[in-house]
Amino acid sequence: MRGRPLLFTSYEADQAMLPTTTKKVMLVLALVVAITLPLQLIPGLRWLGSGLWLSVLAQACIFTIAALGLNILTGIAGQVSLGHAFFMGVGAYAAVILGGTETSILVGYGLPMWIWLPAAGIVAAAVGLLIAPTAVRVRGLYLAFVTIGLVFVGDHIFRNARSISGGFGLGREWPKLEFRLWKEETPLVDFSSAGPWLGIELTRQAKQFLFLLFLMVIFTLIHKNLARSRVGRAFAAIRDRDVAAEVMGVDEVRYKALAFALSSFFAGVSGALLASFFGSRVPEAWDLLLSVQVIAIILIGGAGTTAGVLFGSFFVVTVPRMVENLTAWLAAATRGEGIGASVANFIVSTGPGDFGLVGTSAIGPGLSVFQLNLVLYGALIIIFLIFEPLGLFGIWLRIRNYWKGWPFTY
Amino acid sequence: MTPGVVLAQFGMEGTDKFVFALLNGIGLGAIYALLALGFVIIFKATQVVNFAHGALAAVGAFLAAAFATIYRFPGRLIPDSPEWVQWGLSALFAVAAASVVGLIVERLFIRPMIGEPLFSVAIITVGADIVIRTITDDFIGQGARTMGDPWGITVSNIFGVNINTTQIVTVGVAVVCFGLIALFFRSRMGVAMRATAFDQEAAQAQGIDVGKIFAISWAIGAALAAVAGIFASMAPRSAGVSNTTAFVVFRAFPAIIIGGLDSVLGAVVGGFLVGIAEVVITTYTAGYANILGVGFGGIVPYLLMLGFLLVRPYGLFGTEEIRRV
Repeated sequence: MRGRPLLFTSYEADQAMLPTTTKKVMLVLALVVAITLPLQLIPGLRWLGSGLWLSVLAQACIFTIAALGLNILTGIAGQVSLGHAFFMGVGAYAAVILGGTETSILVGYGLPMWIWLPAAGIVAAAVGLLIAPTAVRVRGLYLAFVTIGLVFVGDHIFRNARSISGGFGLGREWPKLEFRLWKEETPLVDFSSAGPWLGIELTRQAKQFLFLLFLMVIFTLIHKNLARSRVGRAFAAIRDRDVAAEVMGVDEVRYKALAFALSSFFAGVSGALLASFFGSRVPEAWDLLLSVQVIAIILIGGAGTTAGVLFGSFFVVTVPRMVENLTAWLAAATRGEGIGASVANFIVSTGPGDFGLVGTSAIGPGLSVFQLNLVLYGALIIIFLIFEPLGLFGIWLRIRNYWKGWPFTY
Repeated sequence: MTPGVVLAQFGMEGTDKFVFALLNGIGLGAIYALLALGFVIIFKATQVVNFAHGALAAVGAFLAAAFATIYRFPGRLIPDSPEWVQWGLSALFAVAAASVVGLIVERLFIRPMIGEPLFSVAIITVGADIVIRTITDDFIGQGARTMGDPWGITVSNIFGVNINTTQIVTVGVAVVCFGLIALFFRSRMGVAMRATAFDQEAAQAQGIDVGKIFAISWAIGAALAAVAGIFASMAPRSAGVSNTTAFVVFRAFPAIIIGGLDSVLGAVVGGFLVGIAEVVITTYTAGYANILGVGFGGIVPYLLMLGFLLVRPYGLFGTEEIRRV
């Protein structure tokens, strides 16, 4: 077997999670780097360990969980859904009912996280099952419209259920990420305030990041195992040819409903985490744009693949941050001299009356940084679908295959 | 459905209330029908689900507002003509410009994707929607820009109730558009488009330039979207074109599904059905906001759609998909 890394002599070996030594080494390396990021040990990667970037990476972990869920439904089972934001919202509100603090107008039972986090997933999965009978009846593009409908109906319910959501424009506070056994005063493990862990002083962002990284790894494992199990193969069969799958004995209705439930479970958990991570959230934030963001993640990463989803979510979540930094840097560059400053001045508008494609202030011409990020989302979706339908994963495959055969072309 | 309509019906009783709701519903339905018609024409001819339809509507509405109020184009060239002619010409130019935007979208984003899965192309239009809508929103800015139409908030009396004149104009323009589309389908180009919709390869074999048909269908679709966008931005529906104008399309989607995704007749019927249902239901549930929630009218189309799909998964006039092994 030595020297023939792609020779598999059994189905188990072929389906192994990490079939080659290189992959094992790379995974361990990546995990070590990720875990030690907050300690800022590696020169050149220290900036990633700063509080700001850690919270960006923590968001990426949350979005990865959401995108893995959508990947089950859209990537593996082939069912188009634009309603992921709705299920994320359902999970978040299930979490806040169970874990939130009660006030005169808001409901909340103040239960610990080990109850509200799984419950968020379970409630979302139950709602997914509830909707499945309608969703299973319609096919293809009709399903896309049904799921858009879900987002709008959900939005209406979230806005109007004031005792749960806090109402339009106001929102409410979510329970913090802290581990309690029951309702005791000091949490057993606190992920949302700075303090020492194993003798190492860690910031709040570092703790949140490590906790969310841990959850992300667990969900990635679940996803990967699901994809290579009987259920995953049934999903793929339905995606590739539903009639043929049925002929082979795959119960289409049952498996489609299962795909909806599983995907909603992931969505629910990530929705609860997202709201808890931000501390508070308004009911209108679970909108179509959030769904599109998750779709963008799996399309840019590469639909159907686990590694692709990881690539995609870190890419999509960090790009807006980079754009912000770049805009700030360009705005600073306009104050310099020479041709560089002129180019920067053309791109950036620093205030009213100054022409530029990107505005640094809300007033004045040019797109705001938020709008620029939106345009980038749209443009990235288009560019990837036209030029690289396999997404970042496809780019990675091409690079890898090039070096595999190097110095020969194939 | 906006506060304007709801406020105006206070104090109405019995038949008047119903007639008022019905007429306003027909006005709203005309807008949905225009949107649905453009959408279905694009879908039938090119097999593309156009999620950028709302963005095209917003582009048309914004350009109409800009031409009519800011640039006074072409009104400033013909200052002696009546006000409605000046505004109508501005709107026409805006519609033409929007259909050019539709052509650009088709050429840049859709043409390279011919032969790709339907879903990929649909998501491309989602991307196009975000790009176009964000840039348009930036031009519109915060708040609403008035359309500058000569009718404003004037009312006319029909069947004993006072209806906004804009509603009548909307229905009139919509009927003219439907007539033009019907005529177009009888023309040489229209027959070619129907042939393309039926079978692209066979159409090509008969010498039809399918690429040209794609472009024309996008231009027509975008133009219809722009017309709908313009009338959706007028009183009593809204104060003007704003960042939410594009979302009117999301309420026209149910009309498309109810009528059937691939039926031109279904689009028109579905549009009016949804429009009337939305306004009538909103009118008669106005007192139950504490149970149904504020803004219940906005989700009526979706609830209708979900209910309809349970009974008829392919809509009223849609072709049932035959699953072959």
